[in-house]
Amino acid sequence: MSEPLLEVRNLCKSFGALVVADEVSLALRPGARHALIGPNGAGKTTLVNLITGTVEPSGGVILLGGHDVTRWSQARRVKHGLARTFQINTLFRGLSVLENVCMAISERRAVAAKLWQRADARADVIAEGMELLESVKLDGDARRLVRELPYGRQRLVELAIALGLRPTVLLLDEPAAGVPSAESHVLLEAVEALPESMAVLMIEHDMDIVFRFAQRVTVLVQGAILTEGAPAEVGGDPRVQEVYLGENAELHGGRR
Amino acid sequence: MINSFISIAFDGLAFAMILFIISVGLSVTMGLMGFVNLAHGMFAMLGGYIAVSLIREWGAPFLLGAPLACVAVALISIVLERTLYRRLYGADELQQVLLTIGLVFMGIAVCTFIWGPLNVQLDVPPYLKGQVDLGFRRFPTYRTFIMLISFAVVIGLWYGFERTLLGAKVRAAVDNQRMAETVGINIRRLFTLTFALGSALAALGGALGTEILGLTPTYALEYLVYFLIVVAVGGLGSLRGAFLAALILGVVDTAGKYYLPAFGAFFIFAVTIVLLLWRPQGFYAR
Amino acid sequence: MEQPAYRNPLRTGAVRPTELLPWLAAALGFFLFPDYLQLGSQILIMVLFAMSLDLILGYAGIVSLGHAALFGTGAYTAGILSAHLGWSEPLSGLVIAGLVAGVVGFVCGAVILYTRGLTLLMLTLAVTILLQELANEQEHWTGGDDGLQGVVMEPLLGLFEFDLYGQTAYLYALAVLFVVFVAARTIVGSSFGQSLRGIRENERRMHAIGCPVYRQMLRAYTIAAVMAGIAGALLAQTTEFVALDVLSFERSGDVMIMLILGGTGRLYGAFIGAPVYMILQDQLARLSPEYWLFGIGALLVATILYAPEGMLGLAERYGVRARREAP
Ligand SMILES: Nc1ncnc2c1ncn2[C@@H]1O[C@H](COP(=O)(O)OP(=O)(O)OP(=O)(O)O)[C@@H](O)[C@H]1O
Ligand SMILES: [Mg+2]
Repeated sequence: MSEPLLEVRNLCKSFGALVVADEVSLALRPGARHALIGPNGAGKTTLVNLITGTVEPSGGVILLGGHDVTRWSQARRVKHGLARTFQINTLFRGLSVLENVCMAISERRAVAAKLWQRADARADVIAEGMELLESVKLDGDARRLVRELPYGRQRLVELAIALGLRPTVLLLDEPAAGVPSAESHVLLEAVEALPESMAVLMIEHDMDIVFRFAQRVTVLVQGAILTEGAPAEVGGDPRVQEVYLGENAELHGGRR
Repeated sequence: MINSFISIAFDGLAFAMILFIISVGLSVTMGLMGFVNLAHGMFAMLGGYIAVSLIREWGAPFLLGAPLACVAVALISIVLERTLYRRLYGADELQQVLLTIGLVFMGIAVCTFIWGPLNVQLDVPPYLKGQVDLGFRRFPTYRTFIMLISFAVVIGLWYGFERTLLGAKVRAAVDNQRMAETVGINIRRLFTLTFALGSALAALGGALGTEILGLTPTYALEYLVYFLIVVAVGGLGSLRGAFLAALILGVVDTAGKYYLPAFGAFFIFAVTIVLLLWRPQGFYAR
Repeated sequence: MEQPAYRNPLRTGAVRPTELLPWLAAALGFFLFPDYLQLGSQILIMVLFAMSLDLILGYAGIVSLGHAALFGTGAYTAGILSAHLGWSEPLSGLVIAGLVAGVVGFVCGAVILYTRGLTLLMLTLAVTILLQELANEQEHWTGGDDGLQGVVMEPLLGLFEFDLYGQTAYLYALAVLFVVFVAARTIVGSSFGQSLRGIRENERRMHAIGCPVYRQMLRAYTIAAVMAGIAGALLAQTTEFVALDVLSFERSGDVMIMLILGGTGRLYGAFIGAPVYMILQDQLARLSPEYWLFGIGALLVATILYAPEGMLGLAERYGVRARREAP
């Protein structure tokens, strides 16, 4: 088996008395399609924040491509191939869709520090941005302001920005959250079209999506890992059904 | 030596108390709504002016005039909150800063128009004039009175904050707004209420403090920085923090001006910078 | 591909014809109002100062209540160079003042840009007041409350005397403004400027895409400091005097209001806000300071509530509507 691209060992974090990460361990290998599920407030988003470096862990180690990145800045982790999306849209709302993705592309190509070069003269950046937008079917909206887009399309921008970084490890925090199911297929197609070699961790509540997407599933409850395994295995686990959906609920098709 | 030391401590403490009374409302409302309200000093100023008018021109007794001024200011603040402030909740702080600065300018102009540009003093009743013997030393009666009132306010606030349902709600909301909302606290109403209370307290401080801070129309800008320092250094929404910060500010400022008058307010700002760099979120961060 | 014509983002470099208007106006002003050239120079200086604030406020989203710290540093540097050190050559004085302000800005920025929100606001404010107290106290160097006397200027480029009517001063200020403006325009149109916009729009996302946010902000702050320093130095040089109020909170507030009235994040906001504010002030404050204060307060409130993007924003909005409705 190949070396993990991302590995998390015994990660701990609490906010005051509230434990949100309790000895969490996780590994993503190249090509991984890993789902992270758990009830509201389980600490899923916090785990992403810990991995990306927005939140500092009180214990544990984070390895990215074999490097110990636990003390690295967010920016440095991104440069080493880590990207994320946000559960709640975190976009440049007053800028155009194209500008949104170009922001990430410029950053990756390290041209964002250039003082004297006109941004619009960077034909390479713009061409790449347009290409990326085409791949997620946003090219028609390239020049519209993000805040003018309907929510579902904004979720696509959320994903596109992360893809502009060409990450090796991608963390998706409920990419389809808040999108009507009629529209969510566009998002899911985009997720399914992600490059083969990329390691992807997706937080998701919709079990249909999880079953469709994931090779492995981790269940997080109150900051601790309850179980990890293949989707069918986890879905059949009575403990999971109990904590996740209430005692009598069926896992399949459960949607918040 | 020892005498001047005691009188500096006394004056510093009186100043600190006024600072606390005025600033505490600002701290709580900022902690609650994250609203940067630079017009808070204007409420204190209005309290002072209204009290002066009530007592001087309407002949209200001192002990009635000051509380009435608080009520008046509370009402004014509710009107402003409902009509203007409300529209900028969740907006960026720059807009809040500018809106409230605009209000301050208008307030200064109105006060100049009504009360003139010169310093106005609150008429202190005869029984609060002169000195009072506290056994080991004589102190100015009025400042002693201010301290007594302030201690009463501090205790009342502490009790209200820690022991009442309203206080518990405010604490919960400052702590975690989303959580507070999910357990059914009406944040908006809570805010209007604390906003009015905070403004009333500012008015009280403004009315009682004219003897220490003076009262001119530029008061609203001049002391604004002090109130903001108390809030920022103390930590948003923290009663204890505001108290501690007011204490440090009051005493350091008084002592600095006494011992090294050439440096003016230098010390205050040096201390503020150091404290804020040491604890960017204030003494008692959320 | 259908595109709404009104928005063509990323085309930041092309010069639009409307951009010539303010420069035309400034040139016309020189000939039309020969008696108001002193006010004119002051306006040009405040335009420069407001533009510098725009760089950090309108582009990087740093709210500073203490931008006068850098303006004042420039003013005192230029003033002291001439009054105490006998260095009265204007252009080099200007450059030195800009550099000194840049260094001060870099040091201050390095310390305060770790903080955000109220704390940042208070730190910018405290630093300015601290500097003002310091200037007040160092009477030997700054003249304290009475202001710094004895600033003299050698002829510009060795050729043009600073005349009593302020003609040289006006043209000097205009030329400097133009040069700095071209630099600023290049910067905000660059990838770096784009990155600053990102920080303003959503700092959290900038972190998440790997932007060294702190470093970018510090660079912007330092550049803005140089610009503010140059503006301050211009004031000292053209008035041959430095008053303590170059470092005042009021000046920080004024420049921010000018910028907001004009509109932030578009560089040209300064060109609208500063003249409008200063001409109104010049006319109204003479009538009655209270009316002026009330008026500016009301204008500010109205701007925030109804035209948060300032006058330029309003103009753009109506311009767009007109263009859309046109066949
Ligand atoms: N910065 C913070 N400070 C204090 N508490 C926090 C902070 N961030 C998160 N929390 C708390 O930690 C807990 C876990 O939050 P988190 O957002 O990680 O949950 P989640 O599993 O993503 O939930 P959801 O399914 O609702 O997205 C919650 O109770 C939340 O209120
Ligand atoms: Mg979450």
